[in-house]
Amino acid sequence: MQVTMTVNGTEVTRDVEPRLLLVHFLRDTLRLTGTHWGCDTSNCGTCVVLVDGEPVKSCTALAAMTDGHDVRTVEGMARNGTLDPVQQGFMEEHGLQCGFCTPGMMLTARALLDRNPDPDEGEIREAISGQICRCTGYATIVRSVQWAAAHPAAATTEQEVTT
Amino acid sequence: MQVPAPFDYVRATSVGNTLELLERHGPESRVVAGGHSLLPMMKLRLARPEWLIDINDVAELRHITEEPDRLRVGSLTRHAALLASDVVGRLFPIVHDAEKVIADPVVRNRGTIGGSLGQADPAEDLTTVCDVLRASVVIAGPGGERVVDMAEFHRGPYETACEQHELITEVRFPIRPRMGSAYEKVERRVGDWAVGAAGAAVQMADDGTIADAAIGLTALGLEGLATEVAAVLVGQRPSEDLITEAGRLAAAASSPVEDQRGPVDYKRHLADELTRRVLRRALDRVGATVPAA
Ligand SMILES: Cc1cc2nc3c(=O)[nH]c(=O)nc-3n(C[C@H](O)[C@H](O)[C@H](O)COP(=O)(O)OP(=O)(O)OC[C@H]3O[C@@H](n4cnc5c(N)ncnc54)[C@H](O)[C@@H]3O)c2cc1C
Ligand code: FES
Ligand code: FES
Repeated sequence: MQVTMTVNGTEVTRDVEPRLLLVHFLRDTLRLTGTHWGCDTSNCGTCVVLVDGEPVKSCTALAAMTDGHDVRTVEGMARNGTLDPVQQGFMEEHGLQCGFCTPGMMLTARALLDRNPDPDEGEIREAISGQICRCTGYATIVRSVQWAAAHPAAATTEQEVTT
Repeated sequence: MQVPAPFDYVRATSVGNTLELLERHGPESRVVAGGHSLLPMMKLRLARPEWLIDINDVAELRHITEEPDRLRVGSLTRHAALLASDVVGRLFPIVHDAEKVIADPVVRNRGTIGGSLGQADPAEDLTTVCDVLRASVVIAGPGGERVVDMAEFHRGPYETACEQHELITEVRFPIRPRMGSAYEKVERRVGDWAVGAAGAAVQMADDGTIADAAIGLTALGLEGLATEVAAVLVGQRPSEDLITEAGRLAAAASSPVEDQRGPVDYKRHLADELTRRVLRRALDRVGATVPAA
């Protein structure tokens, strides 16, 4: 069957098998490997992407079910060479170590801040509670999201960040 | 890598269209709502439908409507929408108690009330909530609509009154005056299914006695309501002794099995302890605070 959806602002159309999971559509069909794939059982949350702005575990959604919807992955967080404040917060506050959980964590944080620009620590911990990080102990992730909340218009270009 | 067996996929546009598609594609067709129970089962090949009928576009299944004597909740209402609803929290705080601990916030963005009741997992939380609130379920089929109470709807683990060619369209919660309700679950970690949980709803009479009571257990080996517990509560004034007796009877009514979530003794202890807690909280919420012993 044919599916058409918007991925990171660009409309894409592909022929897929109905049984293709969204995570594999993104990683294998579109080669957007920023979305990670871990437990495969809806538990770890590393596969989280935003569908119509809401975090969804893409290992438990079909590409077919996403036909006609708007998908945002970690590749779509930076805009015009400017990192999202959440991405910058993860850099400033050391929100990642191995980075495996990071794409899902950052997208969930983005959705939280879109809904609630000034969350308290409890609300941040609740929002990411369906996602597992084996490295950081979560404290730096919480601080990263707090950094993003405190710097909503942070505008560091990727150029500046890498130098 | 877990991959479902091949199937064909079609999107339904309305309740009528869903029923037509179920009829056209026959016994090996299944509806998918949030997909958070069905897709994992398909990935494990525990379910192998030949046709998947996606009801996510059926807008008429997505509503929370307050009427004078009942709350109507469309079957496609997501867990997250129930949790976000002020009306639901005001009328039935037990639903918010339960929704806070069902799965995790990301799963709650997809999972639906209709899918939860339809799946009828023995550790599923909303069945107990619907039991104690004396909810009824609206089922649409080729011959029209029927309304069944929970005792008739929930036939046991993974089994309900909704036949393969039918669709759950709505869950109805009667609104009763002077009613309090509560739910509490013990889980090993966020997102896990219950080790055990209990739900309670009480309705008070004008004279301060309990007019009606309903107690249910989740994952503790009790189908439907604990009628023995309700029987000792009705007609009585709330007291510590009464709550202790209710806990004892709930534990006696439970028949938990040992699994990786815990041994029988511990689960029976949970039936007792959680019943006392939810009963106390339900009474508290209706202003019938139990005097300290
Ligand atoms: C990681 C994880 C943790 C979870 N933890 C919990 C928990 O702690 N407590 C809990 O209660 N649940 C838990 N769940 C289950 C979750 O609540 C599911 O969302 C729910 O059980 C199914 O809802 P769904 O809409 O996803 O149903 P689906 O997966 O779409 O469907 C489930 C079944 O119901 C049928 N169905 C769906 N809608 C209808 C309808 N309208 N009419 C007739 N049949 C229908 C389908 O054909 C299928 O057989 C968890 C799920 C996951 C993935
Ligand atoms: S890979 Fe999807 S939740 Fe773990
Ligand atoms: S940074 Fe390694 S899992 Fe989170």
